[in-house]
Amino acid sequence: MPTFVYMTRCDGCGHCVDICPSDIMHIDTTTRRAYNIEPNMCWECYSCVKACPHQAIDVRGYADFAPLGHSVRVKRDEEKGVIAWRIKFRNGKKDMELLAPITTKPWGSGTPQLRDVEPPTQEQRDSQLLFNEPKYIRFDEGDIHTLESNGLEMKEGVDY
Amino acid sequence: MLTNNPFAELSALISPSVMQGYVVLMILLVIGGTILDMMHKQSARYFFANSKKAQKNATRKVDNGTKVGLAVKTVANEVLTSSEFCNSRRRMSHLLTMYGFILFVVTTAILIFKYTGSGTDAPALIPLLWHLGALMLCAGGYWFWFSIRVDVAAEGVKWNHFNGRGDLFILGLLSTATFGLLWSIFQAAGAGAFSKLLFALFILSSVVLFGSVYWSKFAHMFFKPAAAFQKKVAIADGSRENLPDDYDLSDPQVHARFPDIPEYMGANPPNMGLGIKSEPPRHY
Repeated sequence: MPTFVYMTRCDGCGHCVDICPSDIMHIDTTTRRAYNIEPNMCWECYSCVKACPHQAIDVRGYADFAPLGHSVRVKRDEEKGVIAWRIKFRNGKKDMELLAPITTKPWGSGTPQLRDVEPPTQEQRDSQLLFNEPKYIRFDEGDIHTLESNGLEMKEGVDY
Repeated sequence: MLTNNPFAELSALISPSVMQGYVVLMILLVIGGTILDMMHKQSARYFFANSKKAQKNATRKVDNGTKVGLAVKTVANEVLTSSEFCNSRRRMSHLLTMYGFILFVVTTAILIFKYTGSGTDAPALIPLLWHLGALMLCAGGYWFWFSIRVDVAAEGVKWNHFNGRGDLFILGLLSTATFGLLWSIFQAAGAGAFSKLLFALFILSSVVLFGSVYWSKFAHMFFKPAAAFQKKVAIADGSRENLPDDYDLSDPQVHARFPDIPEYMGANPPNMGLGIKSEPPRHY
C-alpha cells in the first residue's frame, strides 16, 4: 500500500518531494503539507519515509502479509549513521526493533577524488576491466575470465 | 511620523467606542471561526482519539508535573521560536510574520482602548511598536509570498496566482499590514481623501483576515502547538507512535542487542554529520 502523510506532523519542508524517485510526493497548494499525488504509482521504496525529518510519512504493508492493525515504522538518524525499524504485529505477539548501520564513516568522506587518481596506463586502456575498478569486486587476482583465457572456443549451439 | 497614534486622529471621524466595538467584534469572529473550524474538521476529536490510542500503547505513566514541563518546552520551542521548521528561511519568515502580527494586534488594542479618546497621548514607544509590527509583518509576509511560497518556484506558478483558501490567510495578513501602514503614513502627511480610502481598505482587509478563520489557515496557531505537545507526550510515555527508540550507540547494552553496530561502526561511533539533510530543499 502506498505512502500517506500524517498532516499534523508534516511541516511541508519538501525533503520527500526531492527524494521521491517517482516524483509523486508533492506539497498540497492549499494546506502546504506533503501528500502522495498518485498512490497507484507508489512502489513503497520507503525513500520519503526515511527522509522525513518529522517521521510524518507512513506506509501500510500489503494485506496478505501485514493485515490491518500491524505497524512497520522506521527512523533514519543520519548523524548517528544508523537506521532503526520497529515492527509490531496486530496480535501483539511480536514487537520487534532492529538497528543497522547505514554508514561507517562520516558522510561525504568516502567520495572518490578522481582528480588525484593516476590516469590509466595503456595496458589498462586495452583491458576489458573498467578504469579504476576496485580490486575487491573482481573474482580473481589476474585478468577477467574469458573463453580464450580458459582455452575455449565459441561453438555453435552451446550456451555460454 | 512613526511615533504618531493613527487612531487618535481618526477619533475625530469615528468615535472611540465604535473602534472598541470593532476590535471586540474581530475577537469574537476569531473565536467563532475557530470553533466552527474545529467542529467542521473534527480536529479536537482527532486529537483526543489519537491521545487515547497513544495511552493504550504507553509503557510508562506520565505524571502531571512532567506534562507541565512538556507544555513549557512546547511553548519555548515550537511556539516561541518555531523550531518545527527545518528550513531556516521558512523559520525566519515565520518568526518575522508571527512576532510582527502579535506586536501589531496587541499595540492596536492598547492604542484603541487606552489612548484614543481618553485625552492622554500615547507614549512614543507604542505607536512605534505598532509601525514596527506592521513592517515586520510585511517583511516576513512578502518574503514568503514572492520567494518561499510553495509552487512559486517548484511548480512554475507565477507570483500573482491566487490559490483560494491556501492564500487567504497570508493575503489577509499582508493587505491588513500594508494598508494599515500606508493609511497611517498618508494620514500623518495630511492626505485627507486618499488616506480615507486607504483606511477603508485597511478595514476591509482586517474583516477578510479575521472573518475568514473558518476557511483560511488562521486556526493553525491553535492546533499546531497541540500537535507538538502530543508528539512530546508520546515520546515521554513510551508509546512513540510505534516508532523505534533512540539508541545510544556507545551503550554496551545496545552493543549486546545489536552486534552489527560495534562490529561495523566501532564501540563509540563518531557523529557522521549531515547526509541528505546537508542540502535543504529550496523551493518549498
